[in-house]
Amino acid sequence: MNHRVRARVRQLWLCYRLQLKILLISPFEGFLGILFPLMFATATLLVYRVAGDPDAMAYAGLGAAVMGVWTSVTVSASTLLNRERWAGTLELLVAAPTPFAMVLIPITTAMATVGLVSVVLTLVWNRVVFDVHLAVESWPLFGLGVLAATVTIAMFGFLLSVVAVRYRTAWALGASLEYPGWLLCGFVVPIALLPVVLRPVSYALAPTWAVEAMRSAAAGDSPWAELGICLALGLGYAAVAAYLGVRLVESARRNATLALT
Amino acid sequence: MTAVVARDLRRSFRTTEGRLKRSRKDVEAVRGVSFAIEPGETFGLLGPNGAGKTTTIKMLITLLLPSSGSATVLGRDVVTDVREVRRRIGYVFGGDRGLYDRLSGLDNLRYFSELYGVDPRQQKQRIGALLELVGMTGREGERVEGYSRGMRQRLHIARGLLHDPEVIFLDEPSIGIDPVGARELRATIASLRDQGKTVLLTTHYMFEADELCDRIAVIREGEIVAEGTPTQLKSGVATGRVLEVETYGVPEAVVASMSELSPVRSVAVEERGQLQVLVLQCDADSEVTQQVLSRLGDVRVGRVAVREPTLEDAYVQLVTS
Repeated sequence: MNHRVRARVRQLWLCYRLQLKILLISPFEGFLGILFPLMFATATLLVYRVAGDPDAMAYAGLGAAVMGVWTSVTVSASTLLNRERWAGTLELLVAAPTPFAMVLIPITTAMATVGLVSVVLTLVWNRVVFDVHLAVESWPLFGLGVLAATVTIAMFGFLLSVVAVRYRTAWALGASLEYPGWLLCGFVVPIALLPVVLRPVSYALAPTWAVEAMRSAAAGDSPWAELGICLALGLGYAAVAAYLGVRLVESARRNATLALT
Repeated sequence: MTAVVARDLRRSFRTTEGRLKRSRKDVEAVRGVSFAIEPGETFGLLGPNGAGKTTTIKMLITLLLPSSGSATVLGRDVVTDVREVRRRIGYVFGGDRGLYDRLSGLDNLRYFSELYGVDPRQQKQRIGALLELVGMTGREGERVEGYSRGMRQRLHIARGLLHDPEVIFLDEPSIGIDPVGARELRATIASLRDQGKTVLLTTHYMFEADELCDRIAVIREGEIVAEGTPTQLKSGVATGRVLEVETYGVPEAVVASMSELSPVRSVAVEERGQLQVLVLQCDADSEVTQQVLSRLGDVRVGRVAVREPTLEDAYVQLVTS
């Protein structure tokens, strides 16, 4: 491997590890990061249980598990840069010679990792408390779907966080996406039930395809088409975020918004 | 090659006023600042709050784009050659922000080492040497949230030096540090000069600038009003004398009336708790004590003293005249 690539991989890995350390250092915040997804899953399954349909419970249980990643990443990624602003580290991150995108990716990936833990715990919770049996035909492909969901949600978080470099109130965008995202991505309600006009938005969201891939893998169908679309969208988010990152940092330098709290 | 060159740097900010009826206003923070710093030189930028020191530094370290004018660091343009400038400079600011509180001092240094592209093979050795330099060996494993302000500031300096930059920008590094910590910090800054680093230092403390800087520029309302060695700046007021009068509750109108006295060049008030010390810069052979006391009238007066001017007096005269 060429020296530059090796150095970049090392930088991404070390920054990821240290950012994960920051996120995991507070037991209370870690507890909340796990508790909230469990509460959301509980509320969802209590509603679905009324119908007494085990298939619907399995459908909702799987979607409810991914809701945790979506919530933890969209909300925290959009507030990420404001937290860096308050800590006084944002200017130092921008002033570093490392491209800003390479600074943000490990942070949002660390957030998604915390979300990934909540997926596993929510699946266990669904099984223990609601007796939701997750019948999975292909565990490797199912696992790949979960990873695809985590990575692409991290990329979406990356896109959200970049916007906040320039616009201080952009955190509200992430917060406002939390609940609509649950519906638009088809976590707990099939997309077919949404108004036709909203479906293109659903299809543009990578988690929609990740959850579909997970469902296909669980049912024994091939998830590759969904995984392909999901990863292509994730790469698209990353490309747009990297482009916007350069533009918005430039704009922040022009408008002096980096140090403003 | 000159280490830092600023040519007619200007920077304005747009602010808004009002809630319902918003009006925009352009504020000029830096108005045509020019200076040059030679390699290995420690250059001080002095000025009151809001004078434009930090804005000037932020333009030089590529965090702000100048509205007009140009600047280079080690021959690289700060607007167009951003990445190369960033590789070669270190930036340290005062206060207790700018670190990850939840990480240890060592992890903070490792994190920024990666972002500043420090060679992994040299990282451990470099971090060890810097911890030694700032006197933090043995405390690096503790979380930053438990550090004192002085320790945080020293860690900041270590962070700013990780990639062995040729030019270091220190923006009020000793702000809020106790006298012992500030003395240690000054020793660290002095050692940078001994290592041949070019340093641009902003500070409010005149003795600090006097002790550390080869040359000083005084900035007022976005403009440089004087530049020279500490001795040259002091000699600007050396022909005069300084009258200090301790007062209790002196009205602003009375202070303003002092400047009407013909031998008085400038008047400044230093607040010391309930006490206000009037500092009057006067002509060399003048005698204004009686006139000043008579203008004070019923105001309670404490100690009255006449002394030779210091660098601080030069600074006060420059920023208040």
